[in-house]
Amino acid sequence: MIAVSLVASPARAVIEIEITQGGDNAIPIAIVPFGGNGPDDTPADIAGIVSADLQRSGNFAPLNRQDLVATPVSGDRPRFANWRLTGADFLLIGAVRSDGNGFAVEFQLYDVVQQSLMIGYRFPVTDQTFRSVAHRIADEVYEEILGVPGAFNTQIAFVSVEGRTGDRTYRLELADADGEGAREMLKSPTPILSPSWAPDGVRIAYVSFEDRTRSAIYIQDRERGVREKVVSREGINGAPSFSPDGQRLALTLSEQGSPDIHVLDIASGRLTRVTDNAAIDTEAVWLDDETIVFTSDRSGGPQIYEVPVRGGRARRVTFDGKYNASPTVSPDGSTIAFVHGVDGRFQIASIDRASGVFRTLTQGTLDESPTFSPNGQMILYATEKNGRGTLGAVSLDGNVVQSLTLDDGSFREPAWSPYAE
Amino acid sequence: MSHRFPPLVVIVLSAVALAACGSSEIRPEEGPPLDANGQPIVQPVTIDGPQTGLEIDPDSLAGRAPRERVIYFDYDQSALRPEFLDIVARHGRYLAQNPDGRVRLEGHTDERGSREYNIALGESRAETVSRMLQLQGVGGDQVRTISYGEELPVDEAHNSEAWAKNRRVNVIYETSAALN
Repeated sequence: MIAVSLVASPARAVIEIEITQGGDNAIPIAIVPFGGNGPDDTPADIAGIVSADLQRSGNFAPLNRQDLVATPVSGDRPRFANWRLTGADFLLIGAVRSDGNGFAVEFQLYDVVQQSLMIGYRFPVTDQTFRSVAHRIADEVYEEILGVPGAFNTQIAFVSVEGRTGDRTYRLELADADGEGAREMLKSPTPILSPSWAPDGVRIAYVSFEDRTRSAIYIQDRERGVREKVVSREGINGAPSFSPDGQRLALTLSEQGSPDIHVLDIASGRLTRVTDNAAIDTEAVWLDDETIVFTSDRSGGPQIYEVPVRGGRARRVTFDGKYNASPTVSPDGSTIAFVHGVDGRFQIASIDRASGVFRTLTQGTLDESPTFSPNGQMILYATEKNGRGTLGAVSLDGNVVQSLTLDDGSFREPAWSPYAE
Repeated sequence: MSHRFPPLVVIVLSAVALAACGSSEIRPEEGPPLDANGQPIVQPVTIDGPQTGLEIDPDSLAGRAPRERVIYFDYDQSALRPEFLDIVARHGRYLAQNPDGRVRLEGHTDERGSREYNIALGESRAETVSRMLQLQGVGGDQVRTISYGEELPVDEAHNSEAWAKNRRVNVIYETSAALN
C-alpha cells in the first residue's frame, strides 16, 4: 500500500491520494530527478510529479529514488548496461534550462532494452506552469509507451459538504486530476447537485436549490465567474448533461407529471421533450449527438436505456440485477458505467455495449456517481469511508483502485473534465 | 541534488542527443489559461446564507395547522403507508377549509443509490401527498412540491434507523399566508 500526501493550495487543506490496489503488470520505469539551472526555487519537483502520475495510473512502477544507479540529466548519454541492472524498461531524464528571457523544461525518454531514444521534447515554462508541464510530460510518456493519451493534465469537479443538519455549506470545487489545488467555484448554504462539464472545459452545468421553493439548473463559466439560470420549472429541474457539440443540455423535468428527459437548446432556450412515460425517466447522458442513455423505472426498478434524441423507442441496456442507475458513457462510446445495486450494496459496474458483457468494478456498499477519465482508462466515483464521503478511482479492468480523501468535510459527485480544447 | 552546466555545453549536448534521433521538438504552450498559482482560472461565486426558517406565529394559518407534519415512506416506495392516511387527511381538511393556506411538500429519500434517481423518488413521494390533498378538495394552487432527494438527511448515520427517518415528506406551511 502506497500513500502519497499532496498539499493543496490555500483554498483547501489536504487531499490525500491512497493507492489501495496496484496494477499487476506495472511497467518498471526509472525517473531521474531533473537537473539544470532552473529558478533557484524551482516551484515543483517535476520528476516527483511525473512519477506520482504514472504510479497512480497503475500501469507503471517507478523505481524508488535510492535505486537509481546514476543521475544523468537531459542531454547526457545514459549508460544503458547499468540501467538494465535496475530492472527498468524505460528511463526518463530531464532538466530545467534558462531559455533566453525565461525557462524551459526538456526531457528525453529512453527505451533501456533497445538502448534508444523514444521521444525528447522541450516545453517553455514559468513559475506558474511547472506543475502543468510536469503533468504534460507524464501524458507524453504514458502515450509513447502505452499508445493511449494520458489524462494527467486535466481537472476534476466535485461537490463538498461541511457541517451538519441545518447548518451545511455546499461547495462546487475544482482540483487538478492528481487532487492538487482544490478551489471553490460556487459556495452555497443549499444543496448543489450533478455538475456536468461542457466539452469546452470552461462551462459547468449543475443543479442548485438556492431559491428554496424550486430547484434550478445553472450554467457557470469558471473563468469569468458568471452564471446563468437556464431552467427552473415547477417540480424537478435535474440531471443536466451537455451534448457532445456543447450546444444542448439534456435534463430532467417533471412539470408535466412524471419525470421525463428533455433537451434544452442553450442559445434559443427552446425545450424539446425526449421521453413521455408515466414512469421515472432521468439521468440522461449523451452517447453521441443523436443518442441519449438514461435511467428509467418503466420496467419496475431502475434500469439503463438508450433512446434517439429525436424521440422514439427506448432500448433497454441493463438486465443484471434489479437496480442499475446513474449511467456514464466512456469517451469512445464502447462502455457504459453505472451504479449497480445488489443485496443492499451499491457498487460501480460496467457493460460493454457491443457484447453486453456485464462486470462489477468496485467492492463498496455506497458507491455512486461514476465518471470516466477523458482517455477512458479510469472511472472516478463517490464512495463512503469511515462515515465520510470520499472519491475512489478504479481502472476499467477493476485492477487498480485508489481513494482521495479531503481533510475535513465530505466529497461527492465527481465529474472528470474533458481535455482542454 | 543540483546539476549546473554552462549553457553552451547544455545546448550542444541536447542537440547531439536529440538530433541523433531526430526529435528535438519544441512544444508550444497548450491547455487552458492559468492563474497565478498555475491552475486553470476559477472565479468563485458565493450565494449568501444561511436563510434559516422564520418564527411561525402560533395564531397564523401556519401556526394553527395540524402539528404532525412529517410523513414517512418505505424503501424505494412512494405509496402512502396506511398509518399516515389520517395525518394527510387532517392536512387536507384544514387546507380545504382555509383556501388561503399554502403548503410546500418537500420529498426526501435515504442516501442509498443514485442521487438524481433519488430526486425523482422524492418528487414522487411529494406528488403522492399532493394528490391525496387534492382529493380532499385542496386547490392545486395551494400545494407545491419540491424534492431534495438524499441531499438533506435529518440523520446522517449510515444505518437502517437513520434511513427510515430520512425517507419522508415534510409538510411546510408557507408563513406569508394570512389567517382567515
